[in-house]
Amino acid sequence: MASELTAGDAGRRGLARPDRGVRARRRRERTVGRVLFGFSAVSIFTTLGIVAVLLWDALAFFREVSPLEFLTGTRWTPLFAPPSYGILPLLTGSLLIAAGAALVALPLGLAAAIYLSEYAPLGVKRVLKPVLEILAGVPTVVYGYFALTFVTPMIRAVIPGTDVFNAASAAIVMGIMIIPMVSSLSEDAMSAVPVSLREAAYALGATRVEVATRTVVPAALSGIIASFILAISRALGETMIVTIAAGATPTLTLNPLTSIQTMTAFIAQTAGGEVAHGTIEYRSIFAVGLALFSITLVMNILSGMVLKRYREVYE
Amino acid sequence: MSRPDDVERAAPAVAPPTLPLVPKPVVRRSGAASTQSAAASTDAPQEPRPKARAFKPGEPSRFALRTKGRARFGTFFATICFLATLVGVLVLMVLLVDLLRDGMGRLTLTFIDGFPSRFPDRAGIKPALLGSAWVMLLTAMIAFPLGVGTAVWLEEYAPDNRFTRIVETNIANLAGVPSIVYGILGLALFVRTFSFGRSILAAAFTLALLILPVIIIASQEAVKAVPNSIRLGAYALGATRWEAIRHQVLPLALPGILTGTILALSRAVGEAAPVILVGALGFISYVPSSPMDNYTVIPFQIYNWVSRPQMAFAELAAAASIVLLILLLTMNAAAIWLRNRYTRKL
Amino acid sequence: MNQRTYLALAVMTLVACSGGGGSGGVSGTVEVDGSSTVVPITEAAAEDYGLETGGAVRVNVGVSGTGGGFKRFCAGETDISNASRPIVATEMELCRENGVEYVAFQVALDGLAVTVHRQNEFVDCLTVEELKRVWEPGSTVTRWSEVRAGWPAEPIKLYGAGTNSGTFDYFTEVINGEARASRPDYTASEDDNVLVQGVEGDPYSLGYFGFAYYWENRERLKIVPVDSGSGCVTPDDRTVRTGDYAPLSRPLFIYVKKSALARPEVEAFVRFYLENAETLVPQTGYIAMETSRYQEALAQLDQETGGV
Repeated sequence: MASELTAGDAGRRGLARPDRGVRARRRRERTVGRVLFGFSAVSIFTTLGIVAVLLWDALAFFREVSPLEFLTGTRWTPLFAPPSYGILPLLTGSLLIAAGAALVALPLGLAAAIYLSEYAPLGVKRVLKPVLEILAGVPTVVYGYFALTFVTPMIRAVIPGTDVFNAASAAIVMGIMIIPMVSSLSEDAMSAVPVSLREAAYALGATRVEVATRTVVPAALSGIIASFILAISRALGETMIVTIAAGATPTLTLNPLTSIQTMTAFIAQTAGGEVAHGTIEYRSIFAVGLALFSITLVMNILSGMVLKRYREVYE
Repeated sequence: MSRPDDVERAAPAVAPPTLPLVPKPVVRRSGAASTQSAAASTDAPQEPRPKARAFKPGEPSRFALRTKGRARFGTFFATICFLATLVGVLVLMVLLVDLLRDGMGRLTLTFIDGFPSRFPDRAGIKPALLGSAWVMLLTAMIAFPLGVGTAVWLEEYAPDNRFTRIVETNIANLAGVPSIVYGILGLALFVRTFSFGRSILAAAFTLALLILPVIIIASQEAVKAVPNSIRLGAYALGATRWEAIRHQVLPLALPGILTGTILALSRAVGEAAPVILVGALGFISYVPSSPMDNYTVIPFQIYNWVSRPQMAFAELAAAASIVLLILLLTMNAAAIWLRNRYTRKL
Repeated sequence: MNQRTYLALAVMTLVACSGGGGSGGVSGTVEVDGSSTVVPITEAAAEDYGLETGGAVRVNVGVSGTGGGFKRFCAGETDISNASRPIVATEMELCRENGVEYVAFQVALDGLAVTVHRQNEFVDCLTVEELKRVWEPGSTVTRWSEVRAGWPAEPIKLYGAGTNSGTFDYFTEVINGEARASRPDYTASEDDNVLVQGVEGDPYSLGYFGFAYYWENRERLKIVPVDSGSGCVTPDDRTVRTGDYAPLSRPLFIYVKKSALARPEVEAFVRFYLENAETLVPQTGYIAMETSRYQEALAQLDQETGGV
């Protein structure tokens, strides 16, 4: 706009569009800040919405079933006559699957991330990383049927006596599904560690593996742990794979070779079905949903506290 | 954020990081086990240490180097990591072969261009394919700005107080909420309260809420990793906070943001559970032409077909899975191209 | 009017006529939702009806389950509700509150097949009492020898409908005497294909699921005739239709909103459905009723719409 450029103008012109001066920039800053705050508020409203929707029917449920029986009962048969409402079988089912999935995904994902970040030549990395990310993109429906029609027969061939629905195949397939979450995000975190840190370690005589495990991984720990938590949260909340492959029989067991039911599978199988809305069986869905929500909340608060201690800051 | 290994960086201007980088030097004593521990503190030796003397080049090292052992362990470790990476790729191959074996025969033009039918030879996925494309596009348009905006606010604007921590914990928690609960929320909020009805828009909003936490967390890590020196440099040149973010921080964080978005959108396209609740139709004989139309999506069609008794429908489901994977691959490839194009060298 | 206007008018007329098809210009949307069991039949009707009207009438079919379908139906959101069980009291109440009046049509029958492993030699027939003893709540039967003397003392592997399906409700009601009353320790699945796999894989298995799933896999399974007091009856088209295969033949319904019937496209669709059900139903694996039953249904439809 102006034909003359002074030194004072250079800063403003160089970085911003032509504008009317400091006051306009300040206003823009404030507006941007407010808009971004508004965006962030969406996440709060989402939680409030979820809690409201769950509480509405869950409270109606708890008016008829005592919370104590709900939390400590060991039989979950809400759709049978006579019904029982003890959530422990569902809880152990969810935890069993999440533990199995974590056992598969966390070591494999971290090892893959280390390979991609520290060892892989750039060309190989450019190919492998997207290929791994495809794993995350396979629809959970497809994974569910893969677990049921491919993995389960394999397990049954190796360990006869395994049920046609079992926790193991669902957990394994779910673990494979969340590998990219761990590997991609950990690899990003490790790539963000300054090269100067690595070079310093090399200069002091560390080998590649020592640089990777003793320098880079501890430095990227917050990102790595964030990816672990994301992955475990995903495993706890996954619906389709367990609905299709893990079964619909709530059992209080640690045996991964039997049919179980997770909290999410119960919600999915009941919500989309024949149950009449407004009945206590229907309301049990919301009670289970509320329980699941609370568990992940507690888990995240704890891990947030743990994370604070490991955060490394550069510059 | 992928920083290729050949990136050069300026040395940090502030205090060096407090990390145990240097293996603790150990004087080689006869009979004593040599260790290289990462512990930082120096403990008082039991015996008097020999007087330190200047190192002459060519002298054998006074440290317990164990070079061969370390190298062997290094190769072993590298092999393990490489194999671990291959496990994922291997399973993917097995899955693809399994799908192709079942579904290849059904991948015909009639299939892609046709509508659902009770006759397997006539059945097609055109409405599902277009429905998925519509839903995905709208979800991306809603979730991307919301997610990146939230991440930027959390990292750049938010004060480090209790409220911010609550917001962050809240987001991490939302990442684990099962997709079906989002379906219940979407039904109550978007379908009923906002009266979007059982439309593509309701599905897009529901799925956007579902994937928002993943985008936020991944974007946050990406923005966090941009070195502060960049921001300080921008401020030094007279930029305001938003100008520094928009022109310096975001472009550097973009690859990481795109990684998170790719993962998140891939998940959204493959979700069946919330979409069922929010009103995807099991049978539809026309293609959507506006965001307010009824629709169906491919994962739901797959779910529908697999529970039919006729074997041919299982093959159709496999074929639909292949189509969905091709769609995802295209999406991934486009995003990776974007990511590689915008990765800036520092 | 000049040549161009004539041309435009001709094109417009052509376009307007091509969409009508054979239904004489009926158009609009029919909203259907409900049971996933009945959906294949409704979809077949919708598909053929769409072909006949050239796409002028859009039939949207959702799969929210019988309960979900009724909830929407009684809220006035849908015109037709697919149901694998009759409407229950709470749902009737909801419909009444919202002023939704409806009429129910039975459209088909589904047989519940009781099956064992293909190579099972000793089971040739099961009585209803024996089935009840195996499946009732609190049942302690774990071996075949406890079902009938002389059978091997092998443990029974049970496969049955998921607790959230109409099949489960129906089976438990007619065999155990009370809906939902069942022993809980069996392999349950909503997807009957999985039950087929289960029964096929276990030599001492016993399962129940929809007839269509048995029929598709009849070389891999062995059907068990059921004796309800008048001899062992094997389920097939005839025995289910005539009601000989008792008590495991269950009716499938559609509930239609009366106010929706006032719309020509809804009435035309329901009429098409009932007229063609006899041919459509067997194509989807279910069993058609007697012709007279369909004619009765059509007569009832005429009555509701004042005859057309």
